[in-house]
Amino acid sequence: MMNNRFVRLFTGPQSLGTSGLFWCCFLAATVLMFCLPWIVSEYELGNITYFLSNIFLALGLSMMWGCGGILSFGQMAFFGLGGYSYGIIALNLMSHVENTFAAAAGSVLISVLGAAILGYFLFYGRVSGVYVTIITLVATLIFETFMAQTAGPKWAIGKALLGGYNGMVGIPGLQWSFGDGVPYVLQDAALFFFTLALLLIVYMFLRWLVNSPYGNALVATGSSPLRTEMLGYDIRWIQLIAFSLAGGLAGVSGVLYVAWGRYITPSTMGLTTAALPVIWVAIGGRKSLLAAMISAISLQYFSQYLSASGSQYALVIQGGLLMLAIMFVPEGLIPPVGRFIGKAWRRAGGSVPMAREERM
Amino acid sequence: MSTVFSVSYIFADSAAFLLLSALGLIIILGMMGITNMAHGEFMMLGAYTTAIATHAGLPFGLSVLSSMLTMGAFGIIIEMLVIRRFYGNLLQSLVVTWGLSLVISQGMLIILGPSIPSLPMPMGGFSVGGKVYAAYRVFLPVISILVVAAMGLLLFKTRFGMKARATMQNPEIAQVMGVNTKAMYMFTFGLGSALTGLAGALYAPTTVLGPLYGANFLAPAFVTVVVSGGTNIIVGALMAAGILGLVDGIFNYWFGAVIGRLALLTATMFVIRFFPSGLSRWLANRRSV
Repeated sequence: MMNNRFVRLFTGPQSLGTSGLFWCCFLAATVLMFCLPWIVSEYELGNITYFLSNIFLALGLSMMWGCGGILSFGQMAFFGLGGYSYGIIALNLMSHVENTFAAAAGSVLISVLGAAILGYFLFYGRVSGVYVTIITLVATLIFETFMAQTAGPKWAIGKALLGGYNGMVGIPGLQWSFGDGVPYVLQDAALFFFTLALLLIVYMFLRWLVNSPYGNALVATGSSPLRTEMLGYDIRWIQLIAFSLAGGLAGVSGVLYVAWGRYITPSTMGLTTAALPVIWVAIGGRKSLLAAMISAISLQYFSQYLSASGSQYALVIQGGLLMLAIMFVPEGLIPPVGRFIGKAWRRAGGSVPMAREERM
Repeated sequence: MSTVFSVSYIFADSAAFLLLSALGLIIILGMMGITNMAHGEFMMLGAYTTAIATHAGLPFGLSVLSSMLTMGAFGIIIEMLVIRRFYGNLLQSLVVTWGLSLVISQGMLIILGPSIPSLPMPMGGFSVGGKVYAAYRVFLPVISILVVAAMGLLLFKTRFGMKARATMQNPEIAQVMGVNTKAMYMFTFGLGSALTGLAGALYAPTTVLGPLYGANFLAPAFVTVVVSGGTNIIVGALMAAGILGLVDGIFNYWFGAVIGRLALLTATMFVIRFFPSGLSRWLANRRSV
């Protein structure tokens, strides 16, 4: 199985989880996930759909930060941009067509464009490292401030009221019709399946991407921009692509969030929420897409469990965890666990296709 | 006449706001290379200390001083516990201080609730051309210039300042020359925190005091430091606050506060696009040509 050319596409130095054991577990987990609607309650399923829809944010950040060394706080801005665009397009189109997938695609495209414009200023201006982070944070805060003051009827785009601090409400979900005038709305289990399938596709795509020649160039740019440039790569372009793609993925999360909750408020882009993707990715392990995914879902679960049990400590604990992780396990919690399992598997006689080169 | 005064009042207010909120960060980020995301929370703690001290009966001026000292001590403790591990590592310092900021702001929310009693604006008002202005808003620009001048004297005219600058420029050589670099890092971070606390304390009477008090200052502070660059932090900060304050002030006067902020960000983007290492580097390069 390991020498299969198809599997090879998704494995390489940039990925944790390359053994036969991993793929078996991955398959089992996927099958289990697809069976969830028959296992958990409808309420639980709704929560899980919400958690899954946020993972795109983390995957994009993991690709951009873990591989390309670009730490962006702007993920939530593009989340908001995607969500708001979806709301605006869907509310205006609704009376003409009963299909909102075009609105969803358009909004993701708008997020990509937004990220590309900001990214052009950053990377073609040779802004690097921590300054990228600061500018993306500032951009996020400004976007939040701007959206928060759009209250009142003068802030409307077509039929969509932006709604200021209370946000935009009554946004239609993802739906299409078969031409008989009865729209089929993606909700509950259907929305869950859609999100899960999309997540699977995006995860495999990103695994292929980070192990492709582009991925190698991105990693090279992250670890030594100057050397990469001397080797003839246009690092500005490489970084811009990663940034725009991550922005687009954040937009996907935004659209799915709106399709799930049917509203969006500026507070989704506030200081504390802007930190969440960074927290998930940093605690789990930014170098691995898998780690980012696992950590995103477990931390959301954890934080929901804490707030559901009436504790105000959710954010304090997450902040503290983040500090401890960066201080004592800077590569994140999950990669060491993964390596441990890999070693145990090898000792038990299993094969691991290639020695993973450890970069830290 | 009254329009001229009104515009320059807004400009001075906005430039002082940028300069004061960037004060401590200029040292911590510009000099030490620690991306302190908890900057806003340090300001919040400074404001809280002042408010609590004033309500306990201390005069406002003394409360401000006390919060400066408290925050200096707090900064030294944080340096020893956390920051020490992250010198020369901008991105990791950013993530760890982000965690710190969450712990401080949410911790304060749990301990003291969503707001604490605010402070009355000291000094009263005066009127020019029929409009009433707050005297305190005129006092702030004056004090911001004085504090920056004191900072310049401390860094460029004293032995401590020389040792601190030597340490930040090249710790190994400084150590070889007999400087206790560990202590220098500690005290410089303490100085940065004390200045941050001072700025937080000075702005305490102007707004509502809650755990997110510092959030308003974070973006302006970072923008100012980024535009200023790290070459000559005093000149850079004055230039950055002047230029950005002008942009913010003009747009604020004619189009309102939010457009002012948007103009500020756009101006920053353009400065960064064309002078990526900040205005002070550009100035230094021009001088050396």
